[in-house]
Amino acid sequence: MIRNDNEKLNIDKIRNDFPIFKTTGRAYLDSAATSQKPECVIKAEESFYKESNANTLRGFYPLSVKATEIYEDARKTVASFIGTDKSEEIIFTRNATESLNLIAYSYGMTNINEGDEIVVSIAEHHSNILPWQMIAQSKGAVLKYLECKQDGSFSDEDIEKAISEKTKLVAFTHVSNVLGRINPIEKVISLVHKAGAVAVIDASQSIQHTKIDVKKTNVDFLVFSGHKMLGPMGIGVLYGKKEILDKMPPFLTGGEMIESVRRDSATYAKLPHKFEAGTVNAAGAAGLAAAIGYLEETGLDKIHARDRELTQRAIEGLKKIKHVHVLGSDDYREHNGIISFTVDDVHPHDVSEVLSADGIDVRAGHHCAQPLLEHLKVRNATRASIMFYNTEDEIDRFVSSVANVRVRMGFAD
Amino acid sequence: MESRSFYNEILTEHNMRPYYKHELEDADLVLEGVNPNCGDDIIIKLKMDGDTITDGAFVGEGCAISQASADIMLGLVIGRKKDEALKLADIFMRMIKGEADEEEIESLEEATALKDISHMPARVKCAVLGWHTLDELFKDRLFA
Repeated sequence: MIRNDNEKLNIDKIRNDFPIFKTTGRAYLDSAATSQKPECVIKAEESFYKESNANTLRGFYPLSVKATEIYEDARKTVASFIGTDKSEEIIFTRNATESLNLIAYSYGMTNINEGDEIVVSIAEHHSNILPWQMIAQSKGAVLKYLECKQDGSFSDEDIEKAISEKTKLVAFTHVSNVLGRINPIEKVISLVHKAGAVAVIDASQSIQHTKIDVKKTNVDFLVFSGHKMLGPMGIGVLYGKKEILDKMPPFLTGGEMIESVRRDSATYAKLPHKFEAGTVNAAGAAGLAAAIGYLEETGLDKIHARDRELTQRAIEGLKKIKHVHVLGSDDYREHNGIISFTVDDVHPHDVSEVLSADGIDVRAGHHCAQPLLEHLKVRNATRASIMFYNTEDEIDRFVSSVANVRVRMGFAD
Repeated sequence: MESRSFYNEILTEHNMRPYYKHELEDADLVLEGVNPNCGDDIIIKLKMDGDTITDGAFVGEGCAISQASADIMLGLVIGRKKDEALKLADIFMRMIKGEADEEEIESLEEATALKDISHMPARVKCAVLGWHTLDELFKDRLFA
């Protein structure tokens, strides 16, 4: 994977790194749901099973030692990617949803009590709302929503008002999966700490587009899925500060997370294994490490610049179309590859059907963010999501297909 | 690009200018049908005289396929007896599964515009929402 030294990415080379683009001529604009996978990720998973497959942590024979090494090396790769030198702060899960549930069941059930407040933003994916609903209901805590403006921004004043001495935990998405706007997590985290609470940041839609440093941001918990950042499905990450994770009880119990077990008691393993019960997804971790390698080699700053360029092209194109409305900010720089839009009098399922007939893959519906859509007074929307591997031609085809939707549905214009 | 022509004139016309999408005062039978995974939500309302459907309407929200399908359905079943309506619903469901014969399909008149939905598995639920609701409406109730 040799890149040219120019500012810009070599798109032909990148397209060639993703086997799926060789088998389909369709424009894949649903990367916010799951990204495509480069050859190196697929190979990393394959070679784990071909050359290193054994159960990790438990065998004393060479193959198991090798499998363990690959798994633990992947943990170190993730740790250094997000800026921590303590690899035990990285817990492998199945996905961001499982990471959030782990925090809720383990940290939440232990530390949140009756009358305490949990603050979530209205822009959360359901996966960062439902675990907190569950905690609020079972512990008698209060779930408070921090509301955004119509352009998706949060005012300093609203953030300050939402967080008080009653707040025990704040769950906030770094980038909304509907609006694409980067949220002011550093400000939120510092206010959360002043209030003596902890901050949970969902980086599922930002980790693949921008550099995140857990030490600089001082975040308490950070979660993301591997499959949205070029990695395989079935591997996700929970980062937590060591001093917090150390005090948390296990989430799932079973094999590989214990030191010893007696008839009526057990002592649990130390971090990170305390939170990784059962046989782990070592091949998935190897794939995730390869994905991180690919992102770093490509350069997150170049990726970010490319995302922005394509996003600008798409948004400027959509803005020219009558009856089409982009949700969130008017400024393409506030979209980070995520463009949700509505077409007057045409249901998103019909929009996506017409686009699909033109060979363009987008998502339609409520995007697992019903409270946000309700807040924005939109029933549902179509979403195109862009990644650096998309081409200008794909964006242009998308825009011209959207421009034809109403006519194809029988409207005069 | 097989589905390029899927939204044919019959469908777009029934979607843009539905004849039966309105309130119906004093309806004898009312049932809501929902597709939870896409949010389509329609309420079918019927007026009955014995077991004859004398009038009908629907209200609600949904994609063009669910809206047009419900509108076409009401046009077909109004004036018919309950059993005839249920038979048409059965043929419609089988047409969508690709199991109805030519003669049966012809009896569906305008609803044959939805025949190709059998090649679009993701949209089958939209097409059958109205018909399924009609089926439930009669199954759920006993009347003269």
